[in-house]
Amino acid sequence: MDILVALENNSGSIHRMSLEALAAGQKLASEMNLSLSMLAMGKNGGDLAENAGKFNAEEVLLLENPLLDNYSSDGYSQAITSVLEQEKPRFVFMGHTYMVRDFLPRVSARLQIPFVSDVIQFRIDDGAPVFTKQVFNAKLGADIVSQSKGATLVSFQSAAYQSDQAEAGAAAIRSISIEMDSSAVKTQSEEPFKEEAGGVDLTNAEIIVSIGRGIGKEENIPIVNALVDALGAELGSSRPIVDSGWLEPSRQIGSSGQNVAPKLYLALGISGAIQHVVGMKGSKNIVAINKDSEAPIFEIADYGIVGDILEIIPKLSEAVQAAKN
Amino acid sequence: MKIGVLIKQVPGEESPLRVAPDQGWIDETSVNFETNESDSYALEEGLQIREKNGDGEVVVISMGPEGRTQKVIREALAKGADRSIHITEEGPPETDPLRTAGVFAKALQEEQFDLILSGLQSLDLGTGQTGVILGELLGMSSATLVMETEVGENSIRVKRELESGWFQWVTLPLPACLSIQSGINQPRYPSLKGIMGAKKKEIKPLPKAEIIESNVNQSITRVYSMQKAKQTEMITGDIDQQINRLVEAMRTEIKVL
Ligand SMILES: Cc1cc2nc3c(=O)[nH]c(=O)nc-3n(C[C@H](O)[C@H](O)[C@H](O)COP(=O)(O)OP(=O)(O)OC[C@H]3O[C@@H](n4cnc5c(N)ncnc54)[C@H](O)[C@@H]3O)c2cc1C
Ligand SMILES: Nc1ncnc2c1ncn2[C@@H]1O[C@H](COP(=O)(O)O)[C@@H](O)[C@H]1O
Repeated sequence: MDILVALENNSGSIHRMSLEALAAGQKLASEMNLSLSMLAMGKNGGDLAENAGKFNAEEVLLLENPLLDNYSSDGYSQAITSVLEQEKPRFVFMGHTYMVRDFLPRVSARLQIPFVSDVIQFRIDDGAPVFTKQVFNAKLGADIVSQSKGATLVSFQSAAYQSDQAEAGAAAIRSISIEMDSSAVKTQSEEPFKEEAGGVDLTNAEIIVSIGRGIGKEENIPIVNALVDALGAELGSSRPIVDSGWLEPSRQIGSSGQNVAPKLYLALGISGAIQHVVGMKGSKNIVAINKDSEAPIFEIADYGIVGDILEIIPKLSEAVQAAKN
Repeated sequence: MKIGVLIKQVPGEESPLRVAPDQGWIDETSVNFETNESDSYALEEGLQIREKNGDGEVVVISMGPEGRTQKVIREALAKGADRSIHITEEGPPETDPLRTAGVFAKALQEEQFDLILSGLQSLDLGTGQTGVILGELLGMSSATLVMETEVGENSIRVKRELESGWFQWVTLPLPACLSIQSGINQPRYPSLKGIMGAKKKEIKPLPKAEIIESNVNQSITRVYSMQKAKQTEMITGDIDQQINRLVEAMRTEIKVL
């Protein structure tokens, strides 16, 4: 086996980002003429393996063990370590999910093999893959190569590859087992929960005016409220605004907040970090105003203005008001 | 309780970022370095845990070149950290998280921390791995994306952030290594008294070159500006012209007015 795509289990179905990793894996397999397998584990692993078997791969490894029914960093890092020792793949591909962030670095440490994380694309150069990731808060790209003598662990950023590009096929299921005892899992996890409901729901808003750290201080928020009112919009924000306690958590947009797709998303003083962008890039029209002409937000904006939001917002409110009258 | 906190120096948000002529890294000459955002939250959490416990020690650790590393360490000491370790680095910065964490593991082994806190990820490299690897190398339990902590007798209960607004409490045995997510607390500012007091606190230097032993596992071959994916209309002119055009676009193209 050359490439192992380790699947994240969504109660028996394949996590979207695992399908994206599969699409990336199939691309590497075809470009370098390598074999590809998948790994299914966790609760309802059998269902997961069956779903995985409908895609083009050599085989699907099925690892069933009650210690892996619920996710734990201890259990998953041990299991993947053992699987890699047994199966010896050259590349392990996964989605860059919160779960992968939590346990995969431990596999890297145990096996002393590199983990190239949050990759957005790769190409083959001199017979080896060169991975690209964003650095400096998405302002620059970096090419990374692995010097691993064993496997190389790779995780892919959300939407780096398309899940619908994963090629269908038929793969046989092979059950595998590893040695694991219950003392291996030292942590106790409680049930996942959502914070108290009752916050604003931005998912149906037609217009969202969203502020980032560029707003400078809490005292400047009222000038934005005037624009929000003029447009009949909802107010949203990036994470630092919520972290600072200036707006309630339900107004946060991004990977750890709400996912929105309004007709107009006005990004004011937001740099465009990937964790924000994943929550709003589906918006039909994106207008970005930022004083830094190189802010990454302009890369996904339909309209951009380089300027000072504190100067522009009041004037824009007036102009919108006038246009409505 | 003995607490170690990893703090990294990274370019401030306002700093210009230029790729170095050899494209190996950025040109650092005119960059203003600050403490990495989530690391400030990690430090604050460490200080609060010490204050709640009534005793204990907070040790900050940073690896980097002379001047800028001293700056972030001094700031942490001024906020209330008790002492510090500066792993001095010459030449290009380490970009392989397995090596970085390996250096920390060797440097910190003897400290026998009950708790090590790191930021979730650095602004520059953003691998999100250093703290987790360190925990594994030191045989500690670990958790990431931590948004709340409750210290128990021989354990710590932490609230972890999951995707799209979900959370989960996990209890880990001590010693534990936690990656702190921003927003967990409100980081304090250094007081004048703190700033004065910091001058007397220890900054122990340890040269990286004398600690590092592992091979390079991954390396950056090139850093560059990325191509734009989307067609953007950049609205130019003076501010009134910009606003006129934007309002016109809102009316006729976006159709929200
Ligand atoms: C696991 C994880 C999950 C995360 N989840 C989220 C999430 O759900 N949502 C989220 O938003 N972030 C999230 N983040 C944080 C994210 O990585 C960024 O740090 C954050 O989005 C940056 O917010 P910002 O753009 O407001 O601030 P900054 O990156 O500091 O950008 C501020 C911008 O304002 C501009 N500016 C400053 N002053 C002015 C002015 N006067 N006029 C015009 N422009 C100005 C600057 O040029 C800059 O571009 C997450 C991070 C991690 C690691
Ligand atoms: N050179 C360094 N000095 C101190 N802490 C570091 C260093 N590099 C990484 N860290 C810590 O590890 C965390 C994760 O970094 P990274 O793996 O680069 O994303 C950071 O938030 C810091 O807390």
